[in-house]
Formats: sequence, C-alpha cells, structure tokens
Amino acid sequence: MRHLITPLDFSVGELDRLFDLADDMREHQERYAHLCDGKKLASLFYEPSTRTRLSIETAMLNLGGRTMGFSDAGSSSAAKGESVADTIRTVSCFADIAAIRHPKEGAATVAAQFSRIPVINAGDGGHQHPTQTLTDLLTIRNLKNRLSSLTIGLCGDLKFGRTVHSLVNALARYQDIRFVFISPPELRMPDYITEFLDDRGIHYEEYIRLEEVIGKLDLLYMTRVQRERFFNEEDYVRLRNFYILDAEKMSLAKNDMFVLHPLPRVNEISVEVDNDPRAAYFRQVQFGVYVRMALIATLLELV
Amino acid sequence: MLNVGKIEEGFVLDHIKAGKSLELYHHLGLDKLDCTVAIIKNARSNAMGKKDILKVECNINTLNLDVLAFVDPDITINVIKNGEIIEKKSLPLPKEVKGIIRCTNPRCISTIEQELPQIFYLADDHRAIYRCRYCDAAYNPNGITG
Ligand SMILES: [Zn+2]
Repeated sequence: MRHLITPLDFSVGELDRLFDLADDMREHQERYAHLCDGKKLASLFYEPSTRTRLSIETAMLNLGGRTMGFSDAGSSSAAKGESVADTIRTVSCFADIAAIRHPKEGAATVAAQFSRIPVINAGDGGHQHPTQTLTDLLTIRNLKNRLSSLTIGLCGDLKFGRTVHSLVNALARYQDIRFVFISPPELRMPDYITEFLDDRGIHYEEYIRLEEVIGKLDLLYMTRVQRERFFNEEDYVRLRNFYILDAEKMSLAKNDMFVLHPLPRVNEISVEVDNDPRAAYFRQVQFGVYVRMALIATLLELV
Repeated sequence: MLNVGKIEEGFVLDHIKAGKSLELYHHLGLDKLDCTVAIIKNARSNAMGKKDILKVECNINTLNLDVLAFVDPDITINVIKNGEIIEKKSLPLPKEVKGIIRCTNPRCISTIEQELPQIFYLADDHRAIYRCRYCDAAYNPNGITG
C-alpha cells in the first residue's frame, strides 16, 4: 500500500506515468467516470483549506466515488483530543482512501504510519503540500512539453514559502534545470535548499528585482510577499513593487514564458495580467484536479 | 591516572566530554544490563583538560555502540578481549537515532501526539545533520541537553 506524503515519494519514472494518466483523464474524462464507483474518500481537514479540499473531492467525484469527512477541527473528534493515530485507525474502517490536512508538521507521516488505507497529505503546516507540487509539475509539463532544460524563476517569499521549497526539490531531479530566485534579501531561499543545490551541482542565481531577470525565464512561479514578513515598514514599501507582476514587467518576458501561482493571489499579480495568454494560474487549478484524479486512481491501484 | 581494575572483555570508552558519562550510560542502556561498569568522571587529560571514561565489562557482542557516534564523535572506543585492546573502533554516524533526542520544533506533530517515538534520520552525512522523521526540522545540538 502506498501513500503520498512528500513529492519525493514517487520516482521520476512513477511521476511520468502519473502525469501520462492525468493527461489521458483530461482528454477522455468519460472513460474514467466510473473508475471509483463504490469507493469512498475521507477528507480529514483539521484546518480549513477550501481550495485543496474542493479539488480533492472534485477529483473523487469525477471518478464516480463519494466523499465524506470534516472541514475544520472544531467539528471533528480532534476537538475532543483524539490523536491523529486513533482518528486514522478509525477512518480506515470506513473509507478506502484518506486525504489529511493538519496544522502540525509531520501529521500526515503519523497518519500513514497507523493507516490501513492510502493517505494523501493535503498539507501539514509549513512542511509539505505534495499535491500542489504534483499540480505544478503537471502544469509545467503541459505548458512546456517537458520537465527538463528549463530556466525557472521563483519570485516572492522564498524563505517561508513551502510550495517553492517542494517545487525546487522536485524539479532538481530533472536534467538541465536552472533556478533563478528573486526575493527581498530577508526572504531569500533558506541555506538548506541552496546547500542541497550546491551539493548536486545544480545551477541557481539570486536576484532582488524581477525586471532584471524576467527576460531570461522560461517559467515564472509567483508567490505572495506578506507585509508582516518584513523587518520594517520602510523595507516593505521600498521593495514591494519589485515583486508585483504587471503588464509592464510582462512586456520584458519571452513570448512563451508562462506564469504560475499556487493561489490565492492577493495583489502580487495585477489583474491586467490575467488576460495575457501566458498567465497560466487558473489553468493550473484545472490541472490540479486531473493530477489528483490520477493520484487517487494510482493509490487505489485501479489503473 | 586513576586505575579501576582491569577488564577481561568489554569496552573502554575514552575521551568522553567531562560530565557526559552518565548520559552515555543511559543512552547505551547500561542501566538495563547486568554487567560491571566503572564510571570515571573528570579524569585529567592532556588533550582535553578533563574528560570522562566508561569501562564496561561485558561480552563485546552484547552492546550496541552505534549511538555513540551521534552523541559525541570524539569518543575513543577500545575493544578489550582477554585483557588486551584488540581494536580501536571508530563508528560511522548512525542512520537513525531513536529515543535519544526530542524534536524542538513547536509546530511538529510529535509535540502533541501521544506516545510517538522520537526518531531522527541522518539527512546529511557530510555535515552530520539529523532531521526529525515527522517534520524534517534539523536537530540543533546546542538546543538540546540530552
Ligand atoms: Zn519534528
């Protein structure tokens, strides 16, 4: 029995097969409409995350399965102090597969350890969010027809952004990837990530201003820079515009440089960019459903 | 140097950081074994000023020393058989450390989930970095007393 706890739980070859399946599901959705007939997904959301929950539940419904669960800890047994281990042991008796979201880091690892059904980590605190990473990879593969030989810019809060850390780890397994990190100095990529890249001889550059380097990129992954992450208001005011993507900055980018964002977006991508054909963040949401469909089918060993 | 009886078979663990010998005694599980143990604290050392020494009389196959390299890589391990040092051992860092240290990341599930074993894995052999099996937070030797 398999789980998805970190994006690295699947080898590059296994990911290729997963993404092939996701593509096939996208092209022939009707063929898979009854794949999960009679199967139940338990979504155990100890903290609210409407987007992720709806995406996973939609994936199960698209496959003909059913869903159940809770969407915040207040309405669950966790509110009565039940451990993750006991919850998953119980849920294993009801459902065929579980997705867990929990504010504590490592909660999904614990769930998998005590589970009798496959567990999908739907986010454990600031630690991992593997279905987001799989979504990002599938989106890139579709937009660029490859996951190798790419110059990928990651822009914004690179220090606390778990989605960018996971994405870097996952992309580092492909050939000829060059990273460009664009962030304020206080929010630069943590040392353990840059050491990881150094150890493997993977190329990366660091910049403070997006417009300096946007012309080199094949892909731009935007994240939000939050005011409260800055040491002082002065720095925030001085730097914030470097990390807001607008039509002017897009005019400096290549014609096939796609823009991704894990969403929700606040103001780091101005709405004028939304109509640019290179803005791919809403398509990314759609890919997220297909990759979760492929994941559920794979973990349930139905394909 | 103080001489505490000669060992026929067992280990002499030398160059232990002064004051750490009791901690090692517990980590090695010596409190649960029926063997003769001499704990020498604050012995004079040319190299270290002061050091601790542990002498353990036991069958050399009964004691698992893997954890030593994690607790203190500078410890010298002398293996004794028939009253002679037959080997000076240096141990590789253990791949996993169980129940020795606690995760100090306040956001880690192990801080609230009951009866979860504390497990760390060797994430970086070269830099001797251990990470929590659950949250992947790096263990900081200065932040934990043992
Ligand atoms: Zn931890």
